Amino acid sequence: MGRNAMQPDNKLPVDKSALHVISLVSIGAHPTSGRPRRAEQDARAVELGLQIAGDNLHVLHAGSAEEPALRAYLGMGLKELHVLEQPKDADALPGLADYIRESGVQLVLAGTQAETGEGSGMLPYLLAEKLGWPLVVGMAEVESMNNGTAQVLQALPRGQRRRLKVRLPFLATVDNAAPKPRQSAFGPAQRGTLDVEQIEVVIDELFTAAELTPAKPRPKRLKVIKAKSGADRMKAATAKASGGGGQVLKGVTAQEGAAAILKLLVEEGVVR
Amino acid sequence: MLNTLLPILLFTALGLAILGALRRVAMWRNGRASKVDLLGGLLAMPKRYMVDLHHVVARDKYIANTHVATAGGAAASIVLAILVHGLGLHNRILGYALLLMSAVMFVGAIFVYMRRRSPPSRLSKGPWMRLPKSLLAFSGSFFLVTLPVAGILPENFGGWLFAIILGIGVLWGVSELFFGMTWGGPMKHAFAGALHLAWHRRAERFGGGRSTGLKPLDLADPTAPLGVEKPKDFTWNQLLGFDACVQCGKCEAACPAFAAGQPLNPKKLIQDMVVGLAGGTDANFAGSPYPGKAVGEHGGNPHQPIVNGLVDAETLWSCTTCRACVEECPMMIEHVDAIVDMRRHLTLEKGATPNKGAEVLENLIATDNPGGFAPGGRMNWAADLNLNLMSEKKTVDVLFWVGDGAFDMRNQRTLRAFVKVLKAAKVDFAVLGLEERDSGDVARRLGDEATFQMLAKRNIQTLSKYSFKRIVTCDPHSFHVLKNEYGAFDGNYLVQHHSTYMAELIGDDALNLGQHKGSSVTYHDPCYLGRYNGEYQAPRYVLTTLGIEVKEMQRSGFRSRCCGGGGGAPITDIPGKQRIPDMRMEDIRETGAELVAVGCPQCTAMLEGVVEPRPVIKDIAELVADALLEDAAPAKPVPVKREPAEAH
Repeated sequence: MGRNAMQPDNKLPVDKSALHVISLVSIGAHPTSGRPRRAEQDARAVELGLQIAGDNLHVLHAGSAEEPALRAYLGMGLKELHVLEQPKDADALPGLADYIRESGVQLVLAGTQAETGEGSGMLPYLLAEKLGWPLVVGMAEVESMNNGTAQVLQALPRGQRRRLKVRLPFLATVDNAAPKPRQSAFGPAQRGTLDVEQIEVVIDELFTAAELTPAKPRPKRLKVIKAKSGADRMKAATAKASGGGGQVLKGVTAQEGAAAILKLLVEEGVVR
Repeated sequence: MLNTLLPILLFTALGLAILGALRRVAMWRNGRASKVDLLGGLLAMPKRYMVDLHHVVARDKYIANTHVATAGGAAASIVLAILVHGLGLHNRILGYALLLMSAVMFVGAIFVYMRRRSPPSRLSKGPWMRLPKSLLAFSGSFFLVTLPVAGILPENFGGWLFAIILGIGVLWGVSELFFGMTWGGPMKHAFAGALHLAWHRRAERFGGGRSTGLKPLDLADPTAPLGVEKPKDFTWNQLLGFDACVQCGKCEAACPAFAAGQPLNPKKLIQDMVVGLAGGTDANFAGSPYPGKAVGEHGGNPHQPIVNGLVDAETLWSCTTCRACVEECPMMIEHVDAIVDMRRHLTLEKGATPNKGAEVLENLIATDNPGGFAPGGRMNWAADLNLNLMSEKKTVDVLFWVGDGAFDMRNQRTLRAFVKVLKAAKVDFAVLGLEERDSGDVARRLGDEATFQMLAKRNIQTLSKYSFKRIVTCDPHSFHVLKNEYGAFDGNYLVQHHSTYMAELIGDDALNLGQHKGSSVTYHDPCYLGRYNGEYQAPRYVLTTLGIEVKEMQRSGFRSRCCGGGGGAPITDIPGKQRIPDMRMEDIRETGAELVAVGCPQCTAMLEGVVEPRPVIKDIAELVADALLEDAAPAKPVPVKREPAEAH
């Protein structure tokens, strides 16, 4: 950006202006109040995009341009935000896919899972499938982008990172391992413009026909604390998930594999 | 010879002074427009100077008397010297008058000189060390050259050598007093100070008034700057106000952030603003630096951004907005306004609120409380209290403004205690319940004027639906904002702090109170109740009626020290050498009190954060509730079945 001296400068050894990056954003919902806001992970996608492409970043939203929460993304210092105008019950996928295919973009960033709507987390997969692009899940950092490939770090559980080489163009989702989004400021949020484009509306049959109900909490394994001392508890809290009870099935038939899984589920009381 | 030399000297210096004045005025005019009564202000200035300003200066008797003699003598001497020696009116009476006035000034200057022999660290050195000598030179020389006029000494007494020495003395004196006044010498304070008093941005402060609410930004006007980025973004009379500083350092001595070793010194900040308006670096600053920051590495000019050039951002975020500096300032400079103006730019334009700032502001937008708690839980603290809701009652005597302390388990004890008092006094009261939102205090102090105005407007809209005689709250921050800052958005109410209201209830014999048992007690004045709203008496009265003899701290009343919890300081959390609440707890310990009475959820939280062993912290409402005498065992209330509350 150069606008904000407080933001870490990105250290890509490339010319930012040559990079073409799109960040996809959606309307989020605050976890306790449910009010519309900028979605946490999507904001991280914008932050990462700003660090990679600077002023060149292209931010895209499929939905209503009327939603005030969209301005929260502009408040991160964007000059404009592109909106593919469509109603709430429309399928975002076809419009986004067409737009991205025609844009000549090298990298598309998105949050892992939306905070509103279906929130299935399927959009990046479906989009990648439609475009025929590779998808990197949980990208934490882009180390380099040149000669048609990118070297990126993928976040794995417990702070581990995996270095990947991906051919351009590709799609990546970001989660909490990606850099924290910068603060959204009122001034730029008011001044930024929404560039609205009308697209062909495709009604999402599944979404409109189905009914939304609150999710049931997943069954959780009861945690039996066996530790006798503080040191034991510390160990239990910090140790890697030990695969003590598990077993690796190799070279078995599908039947044998399924039987093993069913046996475990019965043992765990998930299937009765 | 002197008769020809003196008029030339006097009028040259006067001419240069006028040139300098014009140049200085041009610098102030770089600032933005401000609505000021120019003529009325000038007419009111002498009274403001002699009454309001003197009232502040008189807290230090030594310097007050010294200043009366020196400044009074100097002003009269200047006028008389121009008449006698400039225009050549060698009149005996004028001569005697000038002798008297220069003598008075000389005596005053001797006391200035004595104060400067081993000056306290708060005073600036550098050119200020020269000033008493210049004053002595001026008054001494004019006294001597006037002796012949009064007929005490013959004309041409002492010959050439004497005349030359006197000439040099006069030259030195008029250079400092005329020329130095408008070209940036120490005497600038007299010139800029007088005009600053005339065109002060808070004229309501004069004549015993109080004006502490921040001024709103016009968010509807897209061309208006969102806060202050460059010195020229201040209003012209703010720039003038900075120029009025005498570098006495009273603000520095009162500032809790400075004492805690955080990188803020109000005096240096004002001097940096002077550097900004005139252009240059801070290398010539001769006072205490910002703790941990060397002098001479910063500079700027009216057209350059202030932050990260002239001043570092952490300096601005160290302020707790406790207003101790403004209270102490004999020139009535508005430090807090300037700091918040610059914070506004950082938050609204740069998105650079440090540490937890961004998170708190996001929470305020999404949940109406800084902690990000589910808004539906706002009334959980009173689940068993059967409080009346405004949405059901519509009309009550007292609207109890709960504040965000509703989400804090410690503050919930205070709230419940106050409800017990209200019920004991059979007050007709109700709460807004889930309709209440954060007052906007923290958002505003963090510079987020947009979120403040959003919260304020929504609260005002809610309040407008109901009819009540007054609002009572246990939180001085909400109290201040509702009372002094909602008015700009047409929210005008009678607002009271719970200590004031309880004092009224006690005065009306509405409470059957016993005595406080046990421990000795001191009282900590919250900044937003005391300095912001002038309420020092009611809490002390309430404590006295409980049979408590308050063991006052050295720093109490208008000199109370901040707990460190105001202005979003715990959120921006700028590191220093020690913590402000620890320093305050030292003040409390010095009194030997075992219990400290407080009247603010922030103060409670900050002081309770001090590690034990330490005195117990109790809100006034808790002390009153503890002392309530139950008349008879009240009949068990019939549980009322309520509809579950709905959260929005």
